Amino acid sequence: MTNHWVDIKNADLVLIMGGNAAEAHPCGFKWVTEAKANRNAKLIVVDPRFTRSAAVSDYYAPIRAGTDIAFLGGLINYLLTNDKIHHEYVKNYTDFSFLVNNEYKFENGIYSGYNKEKRSYDKSTWGYQKGKDGFVVTDPTLKNPRCVYQLMKAHYSRYTPDMVNNICGTPKDAFLKICEMIAETSRPDKTMTIMYALGWTQHSQGTQMIRTGAMVQLLLGNIGVAGGGMNALRGHSNIQGLTDLGLLSNLLPGYMTLPGDAEQDYDKYIESRAFKPLRPGQMSYWQNYGKFFVSNMKAWFGDAATEKNNWCYDWLPKLDKGYDILQVFENMHNGEVNGYICQGFNPLASAPCKVKVSGSLAKLKYLVIIDPLTTETSEFWQNHGEYNDVDPSKIQTEVFRLPSTCFAEEDGSLVSSSRVLQWHWKATEPPAEAKPDADIIAGIYFKLKDMYKNEGGAFPDPILNLTWKHRQPASPSPEELAKEFSGKALMDVTDPKDKTKVLVKAGDQLNGFAELRDDGSTSCGCWIFAGCWSEKGNLMARRDNSDPFGMGQTLNWAYAWPANRRILYNRASCDLTGKPYDPKRKVIAWDAAAKKWAGSDIPDIRPDAAPEEGVNPFIMNPEGVARFFAIDKMAEGPFPEHYEPMESPIANNPMHPDNPLARSNPAARVFKGDWETFGKADKFPYVATTYRLTEHFHFWTKHVKLNAILQPEQFVEIGEELAKEKGIKGGDHVRVKSNRGFIIAAAVVTKRLKMLTVAGKPVHTVGIPIHWGFLGLAKNGYITNTLTPFVGDANTQTPEFKAFLVDVEKV
Amino acid sequence: MALQSLDIKARSATTTPSPSARETMEVAKLIDISKCIGCKACQVACMEWNDLRDEVGTNVGVYDNPPNLTAESWTVMRYSEVELEANKLEWLIRKDGCMHCADPGCLKACPAPGAIVQYSNGIVDFHQEHCIGCGYCITGCPFDIPRISKKDSKAYKCTLCSDRVAVGMEPACVKTCPTGAIVFGTKDDMIHHAEGRIIDLKSRGYANAGLYDPQGVGGTHVMYVLQHADKPEIYNNLPKNPTISPMVGLWKGITKPLTSFALGLLAVGTLFHYVIKGPNEVSKDIEKEFENES
Repeated sequence: MTNHWVDIKNADLVLIMGGNAAEAHPCGFKWVTEAKANRNAKLIVVDPRFTRSAAVSDYYAPIRAGTDIAFLGGLINYLLTNDKIHHEYVKNYTDFSFLVNNEYKFENGIYSGYNKEKRSYDKSTWGYQKGKDGFVVTDPTLKNPRCVYQLMKAHYSRYTPDMVNNICGTPKDAFLKICEMIAETSRPDKTMTIMYALGWTQHSQGTQMIRTGAMVQLLLGNIGVAGGGMNALRGHSNIQGLTDLGLLSNLLPGYMTLPGDAEQDYDKYIESRAFKPLRPGQMSYWQNYGKFFVSNMKAWFGDAATEKNNWCYDWLPKLDKGYDILQVFENMHNGEVNGYICQGFNPLASAPCKVKVSGSLAKLKYLVIIDPLTTETSEFWQNHGEYNDVDPSKIQTEVFRLPSTCFAEEDGSLVSSSRVLQWHWKATEPPAEAKPDADIIAGIYFKLKDMYKNEGGAFPDPILNLTWKHRQPASPSPEELAKEFSGKALMDVTDPKDKTKVLVKAGDQLNGFAELRDDGSTSCGCWIFAGCWSEKGNLMARRDNSDPFGMGQTLNWAYAWPANRRILYNRASCDLTGKPYDPKRKVIAWDAAAKKWAGSDIPDIRPDAAPEEGVNPFIMNPEGVARFFAIDKMAEGPFPEHYEPMESPIANNPMHPDNPLARSNPAARVFKGDWETFGKADKFPYVATTYRLTEHFHFWTKHVKLNAILQPEQFVEIGEELAKEKGIKGGDHVRVKSNRGFIIAAAVVTKRLKMLTVAGKPVHTVGIPIHWGFLGLAKNGYITNTLTPFVGDANTQTPEFKAFLVDVEKV
Repeated sequence: MALQSLDIKARSATTTPSPSARETMEVAKLIDISKCIGCKACQVACMEWNDLRDEVGTNVGVYDNPPNLTAESWTVMRYSEVELEANKLEWLIRKDGCMHCADPGCLKACPAPGAIVQYSNGIVDFHQEHCIGCGYCITGCPFDIPRISKKDSKAYKCTLCSDRVAVGMEPACVKTCPTGAIVFGTKDDMIHHAEGRIIDLKSRGYANAGLYDPQGVGGTHVMYVLQHADKPEIYNNLPKNPTISPMVGLWKGITKPLTSFALGLLAVGTLFHYVIKGPNEVSKDIEKEFENES
């Protein structure tokens, strides 16, 4: 979230799209209720299904699954055409006036630089025009046809209300009503917040859906302000912490990135990431990349990391490609993986296309499961009748189950969607042989280390030199690990302006990432977490909920990254002179007398950067402003464009009916052999979308009696029109099949799934909750991901669980 | 499940006067259907606080699970899909359970002395140790709430967490509700709170928003804020004008000595019938007997 849960109460309008907060985040959803009570806020829900969120909304509109870019593109068009944008904001704080490379083109759904064979782009034309001074050329009059504003206007002019209706199936009047409501928040004293979740991420063009939402918020001046923002609602407890700590295959902690194959040279690696400002006077905070990186390497390798050996840069893996979940299972499928350690993950149930996942696991020599519960993955080899019909005698994979503790059985920190690191304490002792994950990993580590030491090996250095300074080496404590990621001074850290002044004594915990150095004098395992455990103690354990400004910021409650800041980009809540756009919802302001920024939140700007200096709010971008034009950052183009899901009920992309290349995301990665597994509308005419229910949490709570009572049996949701056509009544059992397999479940026949008219033809949607499997206390059932396609978002490779094709029949 | 005996205002099949040395404030639970997201956290809280576990059932084609109130499920959510106007679907989710009537039909109908009591704060509570399993409370209830357990042939229903309320706590469902759709306090405060909610709902286009506090049963200590107070029946058959069955009125109209006599007779008869045929049929039989007599 750019903002945080409590801040939702400051909104005038809440848009829930690509998510279902009432269903999946019922506790956080209370802040929507607060916004309604405190600010008379309205709630809009746009979703293929009339959801639990829709049940308490002020306005609901249906949309065909996977067409959100068309809807939001239409909204952008509406805002630009009707001049409902926050002029001062976009002019000063975005790239509106930036001139784009003359070579950049967009023709018939394809951007310049496309390579059809590789299904990827050469992005070299997706950039700015730069002057002799190295800075981007701008046109403040916004008249130049190559400025971002003009290009964007032309790009989205194609997304007319009729086109939106044609693609999304959303009734035109409903679409226009929503545009009108949202457009109101272009006023400086009105804000909208957007709440989204997996309904946007789990598409082959998911990242671009989110970007389109962000573009809407920028046009309205709703980023950086109280009650605004782009708010991703995280599902798993601590999934935010997972990404923060760099557990994705291409990341290092704090959103630093692993080097690629071509980046063998350390200096070039740093140089290509420590962006220099692209406009005069901008902060470009990533300039400090080297400090974050070196401190990270000191945390990992201690004394072994020296300036001479480039802080052990050579020990880091250099990626030939991403190793996301789909890629790893593809490798496994191809017989290229011997062993797989599966920690807190149930891929047989959670990954798409069960038949491929199951077959891949069967090709392993060994599989290690670290989990508090008995997962389907750990019994993938076991015959569970119709729900897992495999022949164990044909599967040779050796499976080890290492029982781990549950969150309530250990101390530690969790990071919420609000980026708040909150310490928690053990509530009970773990059962039987269960051990904390850190102990299990320590056990594996020491065994490996001994083997490398005694038997040698191809590349022992990183294992033998890993820092492991724990009082009980076999059981690293959560406190020690937390102090390590927060960071400490290895030598005295001095003030760069006055070297005689010691800021932090050697051995002391750091106060924040501003104290990080690239000379080896600091150690920090995750730069964005720096300061969460300072010499003042464990700030994550704070429980002071006082709210002196009445804005819900509660700066003394736990610790938010970065720097305990609660609203990111909050400099953008003020005008150029440093005055809040909405004085009633002041986040920060420039205090001319004290010559500093201050307010209810930690300023997201150098505290003494006077407004006259012109330091812009988006300090992580070298431009200092937010980007409508994503330059070379996205796989499928600088402006989001609507593409059909990989499995679509219609023959072509209505935006580009004559270009088959632009039917679905041209940059989505599809593995060899997987094209054939995609179904077509002639055999699988219905759009399917998968989701979660309030009563369950993923594949865990089917092991819990209470949850099993509340939602005992697997079901699918079918609209009344389709049910009538198929002779299905509520409670009947139906077979839902895709080109990859089938499930059988009870039918819930509902008015909440309406037939939509898309490109002139009727389209029905089938809703499929995910929570069942062949283990647990709830009635056993089929794994929903039997049905889903093995393809992901072109940028993140998050699987396309939200839009695919099925057929339905009564059993 | 007992508040102190000092606070008992009415007692089933009892003619001795109730204690009146002190009075407690009338309480009420207000369920705001317009804020309810149907998450069923209240059902979980109810099961946990009262240590009840219903069976793991099946899906019968709706979100409602367990599909009905039982002796182990004292509250369930009822989901209704309603289209009052074309293209304006509403998903009305009503938390069902005992309404704690000011004029409780169950208590009036109950022939077992002290099996049903009403406290001066308005809570209507079952004292199962006195229950004879006749099922008459079911006949007496205009909301179809009490359920007889198959295990012990006793009647069960929501207690409004009388044990919690007695020590100054809110009911478990109120404490757990994430959106504040369920609130608890004095009846006056709850009516006042509802007034604010109704103004808000009217401003959002619900012209007929209103409070459900049906006077046919003397008002209730569980009230609803309804978006469509003119049509309570769309909320999964919430009765429009609930009243106590005339059968119960008749029963109460019988003169005192007759009452005592009939009571003894009924108790015996009930037990007899129950042993032979089970609870529900017994109550139907007794109803017939009454009808024949009249």
